[in-house]
Amino acid sequence: MNNKIVLGLIFGAVLGAIDGATAWFTPDVRSMMVSIMVGSTFKGMLVGLLSGWFARKVNSMQWGIVVGSVLGLAFAYAVAAMPSDNGQHYYLEIMLPGFVVGAIIGFLTQKMGTPSPVKRSS
Amino acid sequence: MELSDSVLLHLRDVVDRPDLDGTRYTLEEEIGRGGLGVVYAALDTRLDRRVALKVMDAEWAGEARLIARLEHPGIVPVHDSGALPDGRVYYAMKLVAGTRADHYIAGDPPLAERLRVVHRVGEALAYAHSCGVLHRDLKPQNVMVGAFGEVYVMDWGVEGVAGTPAFRAPETQLDQRSDIYALGACLRFALPPGAPPALIAIAGKAMSREPAFRYPAVTEVLREIERFQDGVAVEAYAESPWQRIRRFAKRNEVLLWLLAAYAGVKFILFFARRL
Repeated sequence: MNNKIVLGLIFGAVLGAIDGATAWFTPDVRSMMVSIMVGSTFKGMLVGLLSGWFARKVNSMQWGIVVGSVLGLAFAYAVAAMPSDNGQHYYLEIMLPGFVVGAIIGFLTQKMGTPSPVKRSS
Repeated sequence: MELSDSVLLHLRDVVDRPDLDGTRYTLEEEIGRGGLGVVYAALDTRLDRRVALKVMDAEWAGEARLIARLEHPGIVPVHDSGALPDGRVYYAMKLVAGTRADHYIAGDPPLAERLRVVHRVGEALAYAHSCGVLHRDLKPQNVMVGAFGEVYVMDWGVEGVAGTPAFRAPETQLDQRSDIYALGACLRFALPPGAPPALIAIAGKAMSREPAFRYPAVTEVLREIERFQDGVAVEAYAESPWQRIRRFAKRNEVLLWLLAAYAGVKFILFFARRL
């Protein structure tokens, strides 16, 4: 369970689900809560997977946060680019929190879990 | 004829100077003087390198054998030992180019660096204890900090060494806990004015008058220092709730900032929609 990729997936799922759940505060999209939460959880897991993989390769808090936030922003853009059921795009509402959630996932994957073992040449 | 003090001192030095004829060493200068003997810088003519040569009375010959048993990066390695024509014994060891720890601390290094030095001393001490060897006279004057940050514990004591009052445990029967007392005293010495109370508490516990109240092993002292460095609560210090919150906030500063940023973004978006 100390694997950074597994931890990234878990953190990404939890934070993505929480982020998706905050859509409840936007009355326009309350009817789409389930699909928003599923999509947000899946987005978080993808960011967590890639951030965890990066954290196994590079041991740097700064770069972990940068990569996590860039990934969060990129996936949030991909989600926001898809029009919602009412035909509207919520770029700001999805990308801005997605950016910060990505940064948090990047931070957590750097801080927790064990890095990949050092390979020694014989 | 009366001789002046300076002439008498010079004569004493000349008489004290070891006769190294028949050895592979040529004497350079005196670099230190302790209770057990005098340390000189010397040249090892066979290997063409400078060494530290400790010359002492034959009764302390066991010291070389004692140190030679200890192989650790924090303990000065012994290269060679022998006897002089006048009956005194000597041993040659690595000549450490650096600063005595008390002088190093006087240079006001940052807290993290002070703790690093104490931690290294503790590592060497823990190793020696695992070999069944006590230092008996641990103090900053017996620790050298090298030019590249290396730390060496010197002057390992032998039976009968009294120790230095400020760093000596009060008990007469010395054991590992007496060295732990001295390590605590070294930590206390290394701390700057206004040091965190948790560190003062660690030093205080190590320096308890009653050996049973001290840490049971040097490794426990080291673990406490590491806990402090990691921002975790130390066992020796009971924090107030406010101190606990501050320590938690300091330890998780980045995460708290990120969570605050997330909350801020959500807050702004929530109210921006209502405008």
